[in-house]
Amino acid sequence: MTDGAVSPTTSGAPTMVQLLDASGVRHEHPEHDAHLEPDELLGLLRDLVLLRRFDSEAEALQRTGELGLWVGTRGQEAAQIGAARAVRPQDHLFPTYRDHGATLSRDVDPLHILSIYRGIDHGGWDPVQHGVHPYTLVIAAQLLPAVGYAMGVQRDGAMGTGDPARDTAVLAYLGDGATSQGEASEALSWAAVYNAPVVFLCQNNQWAISEPVERQARVPLHRRAEGVGMPGVMVDGNDVLAMFSVVRSALDRARSGGGPTFIEAWTYRMGAHTTSDDPTRYRDSVEVEQWREKDPIDRFRTYLRAEGVLDDDFEEQLAAESEALAERIRAGVRGMTDPDPVGMFDHAYAEPHAQVEEERDAFLAAWAQHEQDLEQSPAGGGR
Amino acid sequence: MERAGIQRMALGKAVNAGLRVAMERDPRVLLMGEDIGKLGGVFRVTDGLQKDFGEDRVLDTPLAEAGIVGTALGMSLRGYRPVCEIQFNGFVFPAFNQIVTQLAKLRARTRGRLTVPVVIRMPFGGGIGSVEHHSESPEVLFAHTAGLRVVAPSSAHDAYWMIQQSIASADPVLFLEPERRYWEKGDVDVDLGPGEVAPLHRARVLRTGKDATLVAYGPTVRLALDTAAAAAEDGTDLEVIDLRSISPLDVDTVVESVQRTGRLVVVHEAPTFHGPGAELAARVQERCFYSLEAPVQRVGGFHVPYPAARYEDHYLPDVDRVLDAVEAALAA
Repeated sequence: MTDGAVSPTTSGAPTMVQLLDASGVRHEHPEHDAHLEPDELLGLLRDLVLLRRFDSEAEALQRTGELGLWVGTRGQEAAQIGAARAVRPQDHLFPTYRDHGATLSRDVDPLHILSIYRGIDHGGWDPVQHGVHPYTLVIAAQLLPAVGYAMGVQRDGAMGTGDPARDTAVLAYLGDGATSQGEASEALSWAAVYNAPVVFLCQNNQWAISEPVERQARVPLHRRAEGVGMPGVMVDGNDVLAMFSVVRSALDRARSGGGPTFIEAWTYRMGAHTTSDDPTRYRDSVEVEQWREKDPIDRFRTYLRAEGVLDDDFEEQLAAESEALAERIRAGVRGMTDPDPVGMFDHAYAEPHAQVEEERDAFLAAWAQHEQDLEQSPAGGGR
Repeated sequence: MERAGIQRMALGKAVNAGLRVAMERDPRVLLMGEDIGKLGGVFRVTDGLQKDFGEDRVLDTPLAEAGIVGTALGMSLRGYRPVCEIQFNGFVFPAFNQIVTQLAKLRARTRGRLTVPVVIRMPFGGGIGSVEHHSESPEVLFAHTAGLRVVAPSSAHDAYWMIQQSIASADPVLFLEPERRYWEKGDVDVDLGPGEVAPLHRARVLRTGKDATLVAYGPTVRLALDTAAAAAEDGTDLEVIDLRSISPLDVDTVVESVQRTGRLVVVHEAPTFHGPGAELAARVQERCFYSLEAPVQRVGGFHVPYPAARYEDHYLPDVDRVLDAVEAALAA
């Protein structure tokens, strides 16, 4: 490996795909490359910067009491944005609750992510329209459904036809902690056995709340793949070009009928697990500083400047766009109204359920009575 | 009157026949499970279906129950209607996470944007002298989980129709098959029109009576009928209701009966502690307080892990225990 003090492998072999090192210098790789036009490169930068701004604004909204909780993405932007750029419209994503970059890349309104953390709903977007499954909070529980979805793709004949608009893959996200879940092992095994068109994207951000990745595994995570019979690839998760290239290869392989791939993206959670977490209790600030040197956005900027692709005008436009996004988010979140209470009964079942209907009717009657009592109380109406 | 559409078959065969009809009618219906292909399942419920529908529609899966339910869920998102077989009731627990945290909640999580029409079939109840985890009645664990439907046929006729109705349901359904009744034969009217089949969640009065109401479902329905026959010899006239559905519960049918008989005995193999009988007792006292002549009686399993087979005769409700409960109800 060419980067960093933390060894991602036990053998010390240089297995990590990297196209852009921490100082922004471009390297060739025998199998992976990313030839992108200047406007595509700038598009990547834009997505990276907007994701970071989205994240910082959401964190600020939590700190001011507008959100109940926030799950941050800082440090993992390249892993999420690079991967997202390799996805095609017909593909389907199964993200974790930290993969806002994945979700936003599918044209999901940022407010539909934030409504989750404000407590309005469990995810306001249409999973079918956007091709993004709702966030799954039970660690690793999205992986088997992702494999099943891929098995459905297989049965639909939407794989291996050679038609780029038809062939479909599934991108299943997980973190380092999730690899310890039994369902993660099952998902890998099933995907391999059925040759399902699914790519597992594991963002190893080194920490599962307070537990380091060494508590999850004794071998590098990508080597799990070998045991179930699929390729395991390790990639620099802070290198947006390497992420794009590696994920694109794996998705192409899946779409063509070549089977699943497991990708370990070597990255770092720069912030807390969530706004309720305090990472100073369990990790050394020296480690955080070391990772700050490998920042995914800084290195990409350096590279784009050196290539002459990025100039001050674009930076100014992007800064203005970021602020406009932040403003829209602030206003949008503050303007969110609480849901109609009776709505909690609406979607428990698709078809009528006698007990739910009975409870809803009783709830409505009690609610109406309560409102009436308030209006008739000496203090007057209104709540 | 003899009808052309009446076929006599065992309950297990009736599930098989119902699955076959559903698969013929809808190419999106898939079967998934362990040993369900060539072997036809350990109870042979899926016998012959892989041969006729192919390995793409009848999947012999890896031995991983979370995998069965989790991937079935994923396939349902792609428009398929998977029917999972859990080999034995006690083996459902590796899949419990997928059932409770994903399958049951995905619709509510997405405000109705996603539906997950997955059916999970499993044998339940004891009485076949088997080893641990093969004889349990875990229905309340699922009935207590909003988002799931839980049904249990007691006869070949209901098995044939209820499996088809479960597959047609837009909601996930736990379909519990009474293990010790798989081989019991009954008349199945296969020629019923859409309006002639009883709704999936409607209880059925199997025997009318005036002295007390016996409510049962799945394997204890036969027991309730046997008890009613024995009681009749002593001049006691029992009404027998087959609940058929645990979630939702058809409370109306039970209430209507209890308002006439004034007495209720609920019989199930599941432990009585926090069992379906407790729920039914609560609902009946709410709605029939002034009709009740006696406390509601419950007969069921004990609050102990299902014991080894040689204890089974003492653990499972039998005619004597149900008669004792009837007597207690009548004595009050």
